[in-house]
Parts: sequence; C-alpha cells; structure tokens
Amino acid sequence: MNTRATVFPGFRLVAENLLPHFRLMLETAREVVRRPSALAGGILLLLILGTSLSFPFWYHTDPLSQDLLARLTPPVWQSGGGWGHLLGTDNLGRDVLSRLLYGSRVSLLVGFAAVFVAELVGIVLGLISGYYGGKIDSLIMRIADVFMAYPFMLLTISVIAVLGPSILNLIFVLGISDWVTYARTIRGSVLSLKRKEFVEASHAIGTPHIIIIMRHILPNVISPLLILGTLRVANIIIWESGLSYLGMGAPPPMPTWGRMLAEGRVYIADAWWLVTLPGLAIMFTILSINLLGDGLRDALDPRLINL
Amino acid sequence: MLRYILKRLWHTVYVVIGISMISFFFIHLSGDPVLLMLPGDASDQEIEELRGQLGFNDPLYVQYVRFVSKAIRGDFGESLYYHVPVMELVIERLPASLELALAAMVFALVLGVPIGIISAVRRGSMLDMGGMFGALLGLSMPHFWLGIMLMLLFSVQLGWLPTSGRGTMAHLLLPAISLGLSLMAMFARLTRSVMLEVLSLDYIRTARAKGLMEEIVIAKHALKNALIPLVTVAGMQFGFLIGGTVIIETVFAWPGLGRLVVQAIFSRDYPLVQAIVFVLSLLFVGMNLLVDILYVYLDPQISYSEEK
Repeated sequence: MNTRATVFPGFRLVAENLLPHFRLMLETAREVVRRPSALAGGILLLLILGTSLSFPFWYHTDPLSQDLLARLTPPVWQSGGGWGHLLGTDNLGRDVLSRLLYGSRVSLLVGFAAVFVAELVGIVLGLISGYYGGKIDSLIMRIADVFMAYPFMLLTISVIAVLGPSILNLIFVLGISDWVTYARTIRGSVLSLKRKEFVEASHAIGTPHIIIIMRHILPNVISPLLILGTLRVANIIIWESGLSYLGMGAPPPMPTWGRMLAEGRVYIADAWWLVTLPGLAIMFTILSINLLGDGLRDALDPRLINL
Repeated sequence: MLRYILKRLWHTVYVVIGISMISFFFIHLSGDPVLLMLPGDASDQEIEELRGQLGFNDPLYVQYVRFVSKAIRGDFGESLYYHVPVMELVIERLPASLELALAAMVFALVLGVPIGIISAVRRGSMLDMGGMFGALLGLSMPHFWLGIMLMLLFSVQLGWLPTSGRGTMAHLLLPAISLGLSLMAMFARLTRSVMLEVLSLDYIRTARAKGLMEEIVIAKHALKNALIPLVTVAGMQFGFLIGGTVIIETVFAWPGLGRLVVQAIFSRDYPLVQAIVFVLSLLFVGMNLLVDILYVYLDPQISYSEEK
C-alpha cells in the first residue's frame, strides 16, 4: 500500500498531473540547449544573474561613497586609471563597477517582477474572458482595447508622476500596463480549447469550472506565455532604464543603469566610460534574454511569428 | 466593407472615451492643483474660494462631464507653468515630434525591409546570419543609449553632427536613427519570416516554373503578399515611436511634445500633461484606424469574414 497516498490522498493525483509537465519542461530544456545561440544566451543570463546575486561576497566597494579627489578616474587600462577603481569613477568619485553591480539588481528585479505581475493579471483576466465569454468577456476586451491604444510609455510616466518613483510602483505600473498581450494570447487559446472533446467530457461528468480551468485549460496555454514572458522581460528592462534615465525610476541614491547614463550624459566629452559601460550592461542583459527567448520560441512553438 | 469601417469607427469612439477617462482620473489622483496655483502663505479660506471657483467641489462625474465638454471644443485649460492655453503649446510642439517619428519610420522601413528580403532569399548564408544577429543586437539596445553612443562618436569625437536642437537635416539624422534602429531590426526580422513563408507557397513555385526571373518573382509576387503584415506592424509600432520620442527628445534636446511632457511632469503642470497624453493617444488611435482601413484594401478577405 502506498503510505504517502493514505497520508495525503491528493498526493498521487497531484503527482500524476504534474509529472508530464516536468517531462515536457525537461524536453524543452534539451531542445533549447541544442541551439548554440540559445545556449549562449542562457549561459550569459545565468552569469549575469549569478554575478548580480553573489557580488556582495566578492566586491566590497561602496557604490555611494564619494571621493572628490578621485573624480572622473578612467578605467584601469587607460592612462590615469588605477586598480582601486577597475572601471573608473564618476563625477563624484563613486566606483563605477560597484554602481553597475548594484544597478543590475534594480533592472533584473523590476524586469522579472513586472512580468510576473503582468502574467498574473493577464492570465486571470484572459482565462475569465475566454472561458466564461459573454458580457464579462466583452467588458474585459474593451478595457484591453483602451490599454492597447494608450501609448505604453506615456501611461507609465504619467502614473509614476502621480504615484511617485519607487521600485514597488515601477513593478506595479509596468506590470499593469503590460497585461493586455498575455490576456489576449490566453483568451485565444482558451476559446479553441473550450470546444475540445476532453474539456466537454470533463464538463459533462460534472467537474467544477475551477478544476477544469486549472487542470485542463491552464497547462495547455502555458508555453506561449513562457515565451512571451521571457521576451517581455527584455522590453521591461529597457523601459525601466528609460524611466530611470528620465528620473522616474528607482529613487536616488539607489544606483540604476538608467540614472548612471543620465548623469554621465553631462560628462560625455570628458568621460566616455560613464555613458558607455551602463549601456553595455543593459545591452548584454537584453541580448542574453532575447537569445534565450528566441530559442524557447523555436523549441516550444515554431509557428509563432518571429518578431 | 462599409459596415466594417463603421464598426471600426464605433470601436475608435469608445477607445477615445476610455482614454479620456483614464487621463481625467489620473490627474485627479495626482492631488490638488489649487495648492500649486496659490502662493504658499494662502489662507484656508482663499484655498476654499479658488476651489469653489474652479469647480473642484462638484461631484467627480460633474467635473468629468465639464472636462469632456470643454475638451471636445479643444479647450484643455491653461498651463500652470506657462500661463497660456495648453492646446497652443501642444500645437506649437507637435510638428517637431511628428517629423522625428516620421523620419525614424522611413529610416526603419527603407533599411529594415531590404535586409529582411536579402536574409530570406539567402537563407542560411553568412549574410543572413550576420543580418539577423545585427537585428537582434539592434533590438537589444535601448534607443536612448544608442543615441548617446552616436552622439559620442559623430558629435564629440568626429565633430560631424550637432548634439542637440532642431532645424537642418544634420540635426534630424542622429535622433531619427536612434529612434528607428530597433524598429528597423523588428522590420528586418518580420520581413524575413513573412518572406520565408510566402516563398514556400505554390504560386511562387508556379511563377518560378514559368521561367520568370528570380528578381521578378521576389519583387512582384512574393513581396506583395508579404506587405500586409508589414503594414499592420508598421501602424501598430507608430505608438512605440510616439512613446520613444519622450526619451529621445530629452537626450537630443529636440523641441517636441515628448520633451515638453517630461518638463511638464516635473513642474507638475497637470493640465499640460493631460492634454499631451490625450493628443498623443488620439494620434495613435487614429493611426490604428487608418491601418485597419488600409488593411481592407490590401487584403479583401478581411472584410468578408468580418461582415458575417
């Protein structure tokens, strides 16, 4: 007798339902790894994530401590640079490398968290819209139309201007403005799934709606969401840096890539590293995510258009 | 056909109503503009008086109706900072933004589409791989950073082009390229995948079997069908360009609406913010409507399926 099943009768049910998904995930991972560009993107992203999480253990320079005597020191390989500041200092003598490392946390946190919020809102509204149809569906879709028509950037800056800049507000605002794509994708898949025999059969034997949604609908719409989500993280990080450039990102004195670019812009003629390095950091992060996202898309759903 | 266009018009109407509601309520969330309009030492009674005068004590829906009835006549109130009607400011700055967005769009199309075609035709070649990696790189760069890099190279190092301002072609070049590059990358990728799909269709094989020159097959037969999704995406991406001008205009000190809206936000000039957001959204909605109608002409199948 299976003891675990007696202790927790639902255990087997859950395990049996989840196992195929784990297998699918493993197969997907194998498919992604087989593509050199996706593999490169994945490794690069892991490196960036690893660095961002671990740097307090191996790099101790304070990103905020100023040293006005050492202001605008160039990187170590250039004449005038020194080993004290590997990537030079900014206009207040703050260590650029340390600021880049701290900035990575803001960008990655906002990027992933905002996509999480957007997916959550999009999944719930898309499922409701597609599954129940009728009035609630047209209401949700009308709201989606309005959101689509509102220029994304203007929506975020006007809300941030009202709420005030903070990391939490950024995540909330970027997440809320981005739910429409997910909701529409989900709704489309749900509409076609709803008419499939296995869903109708489940309905006929009296399975409650919520169980049908969780067990039969959701697992089947997850892969386009995964692809979309990955690629959207890249976009969100670009927007976050843009907002930060405008002074509407994470509040000072927190170092962010966007703010470093805005501050460096003033010294463009004297200190090339201040405007170049944060941008390179953004670019490599986005590139790794895009490479991985493209690979995921090819592996999971070759029919999706390559945009 | 007419019914489809009417339906789209109706759709546009409620989207505009929705947008007007969002812009109105944002401004109300932002707190009391009366406190900004009066000097800091104004008494409570004075504040209350002005509030009554401006109608801020009325119920919210009354205020919304008043806002809409004025907005329809193009009256968005007076700027708290410049003390002139906000519509005047908007109309003064709009051409600069449109010029920039249009130049970026032209740049993106003129370079992006040919790159996509070449990549599709020479699939798997070094040219294709180079083009597609370049496109991915273009998509991965924040456009304002690209702007700063171009400025560093062409203005600071080489001294060929001005860093800021508007007037000549030389002023337009860097902002337009920065704004258009990621769009160009997107067009290149889209053109490539659409062309690959079209090139595998039967009628292309027929055209080739007839002995037509490859150039004619590609230019006349394949490209024509690939154009439809391109037009849609170009129209939808117009909104992206409008959003992008906000930052690019700030980087290059381009005297358009984008820079004005950022300044207005920082000086808490809410009527101005409201008007700019509203006008830009209208532009975007109008553009989408135009694309949808154009779409019917390009692809006759659409109107039939919609009319059922």
